[in-house]
Amino acid sequence: MMGVINLVFNAILNGTPLMFGTMGESLTEKSGNLNLGVEGMMYMGGAFGLAGAFYYEKLTGGGSGILAVLIAIACSFLAGAIGALIYSFITITLRANQNVTGLALAIFGTGIGQFVGEYMRNVEGGYVAVSNELKNFFQASPFPRFLQDIPVVGKLIFGHNVFVYLGVILAVLMAFYINRTRYGLNLRATGESPATADAAGINVIKYKYLATVIGGGISAIGGMVYIMTIAGCVWNHEGLSGEGWLAVALVIFCLWRPLNTIWGSALFGALIIMYLRVHLPIPSEIYKILPYVVTVAVLVFTSLRKKKENQPPESLGLSYFREDR
Amino acid sequence: MHNQRAPLFHLAKRTSLSPARAWTIRLASFVVAILIGGLIFLLLGDDPVSAYGAIITGSLGKKVAIRQTVKIAVPLLGTALAIAPCFKMRFWNIGAEGQITAGAIGATFFALNYYDKLPSPVLLIVMGLAGAVCGAFWAFIPAFFKARWGTNETLFTLMMNYIVIGLVKWLQGGPWEGKPGSQIIPNFASSAVLPKVFGIHCGWIIVLILTIFIYVYMRYSKHGYEIAVVGESENTARYAGMSVARITIRTMLLSGAISGLVGYMVASGANMTLYYSVADGVGFTAITVAWLAQLNPFAMIAISFLLAILDKGASTLQTVMNVPASISDIITGIFLFCMLASEFFINYRLVFRHDSGKEAVSE
Repeated sequence: MMGVINLVFNAILNGTPLMFGTMGESLTEKSGNLNLGVEGMMYMGGAFGLAGAFYYEKLTGGGSGILAVLIAIACSFLAGAIGALIYSFITITLRANQNVTGLALAIFGTGIGQFVGEYMRNVEGGYVAVSNELKNFFQASPFPRFLQDIPVVGKLIFGHNVFVYLGVILAVLMAFYINRTRYGLNLRATGESPATADAAGINVIKYKYLATVIGGGISAIGGMVYIMTIAGCVWNHEGLSGEGWLAVALVIFCLWRPLNTIWGSALFGALIIMYLRVHLPIPSEIYKILPYVVTVAVLVFTSLRKKKENQPPESLGLSYFREDR
Repeated sequence: MHNQRAPLFHLAKRTSLSPARAWTIRLASFVVAILIGGLIFLLLGDDPVSAYGAIITGSLGKKVAIRQTVKIAVPLLGTALAIAPCFKMRFWNIGAEGQITAGAIGATFFALNYYDKLPSPVLLIVMGLAGAVCGAFWAFIPAFFKARWGTNETLFTLMMNYIVIGLVKWLQGGPWEGKPGSQIIPNFASSAVLPKVFGIHCGWIIVLILTIFIYVYMRYSKHGYEIAVVGESENTARYAGMSVARITIRTMLLSGAISGLVGYMVASGANMTLYYSVADGVGFTAITVAWLAQLNPFAMIAISFLLAILDKGASTLQTVMNVPASISDIITGIFLFCMLASEFFINYRLVFRHDSGKEAVSE
């Protein structure tokens, strides 16, 4: 029993960075933009989020933990949003190929993230880490002790770090926005058929820009969450590598729906760590490719079924040229 | 008076632009990228001129350095050549990373098991063939699903990368592991290593031959023509009686085979062993190389060489000026962004309000 609870708990812990990465990319793809730079944006978010928390603590000599969390979120969001803004400008305004621009952003962003991470380490004398008190605000549960001590469900419901709850709230809000509001409808229309949306008077350019930039920011928060929770508040580029691509995979697995990312990310988190916890006669490296195999299966399956509501946004990956008719 | 209500400017597609002017614009974007990169060095408190100087001398200053730069450029060019036909067909194959790795697995299988059973030249040829076949097989899977059921190829090929990379990690720690516990596949026997020509493994000759082959294939062959038609319009291709499915699969087989060959060259020529990061991002960078070269094989030589210079030069920069080597990724990214942006000014022009009357006459 304890084993199962621990597995689920750790699955959620390891899935949370993916949850943010995936939600951001889902929002982006809903507007018809396939931004393959998630890996880069998550790197940027991780490095700048850590930098924000670290320098805040250094300057104030302690400071408020809640403020540090907010600063880390803001820094990572901004870093990712700037990356996505470059992507948006080149693909939407300058109409370059989305795949190529996204890959360029992946290269650029991993470079920036790694550079900032290494540079901080050089400047600060070999080691960048925040104090244990501050770490607690990032890693411990925001709920009081007695709630967490409820047997069985206490840890599973109240025991997670603050980002898990923020992620769930964001997923619910995003699902409401996309499926239940006029703006969400406009956004989906933009992603499905920009020419139609344009003819209906929707400002396609604005929707594409906003969705991509905000989506990039949300994805980048995922990188920060990885560094501040799983990596223990130190720069760890090896651990972060691959998270962004996994997020791209998870978007497909969740069929572009924010609510699915809540359980989808936990499932992927479980697949990432399962080899440590569940011993089957399969080598651990084969375990680790399961998320990708599962994604391929979902991709193939949805294209076979041809169910309308499970398809990628119709114009995904295509630039929209109003003058091209 | 109605001009008052017209927007300040609008975009018009250029009907044609002389290649010379197009390349002038590209050159200008290159200069802009260098300036932005220089700005970054200034921000870091380094002298941009000496930083760029260090990059140039580090990559081209000595014979050894030039050899290493070429060694970096070879897989980039080879993979860009592999990607070109797919992109011409508007089949977004971003799985070259995996196809390279699959090819390296195929080649390594023969290197490890037949190094003492076959004479070296035969072994090397068998390894190359195995690499091509494995790469082609890895490309065939997404191509088949795309052709048959329209499965999104961008996402499919992307996932295939990580599956095969995971397989290599397993091989490294499992069946092909050298010393138990080392997680390393033993080095190839000398009979399975590509011979050197002018101090660089002979992969560079193979890649140059491939450059000419792809140029001829895309421009003068029936296959190349079919690829171009499918890329322009699948409906046109169907109407002309071409089988889009067959062309898709055939082109991906070719692309995967070339990527697989690159994997063979990297494993046998450069690394002399197989490890999971054998492709090391080349599959992704090569996509930008191919695209920036306008899918022109000869332009790819220049661009892959440029990126190789940045890559090699940045590692020198790290030792000389204590700048983290990841600066090369940043500068590469800036170059790619600038060159991608420049295509806009080649394909479109801004028409301002006041001269719209004249434009109507001249067009």
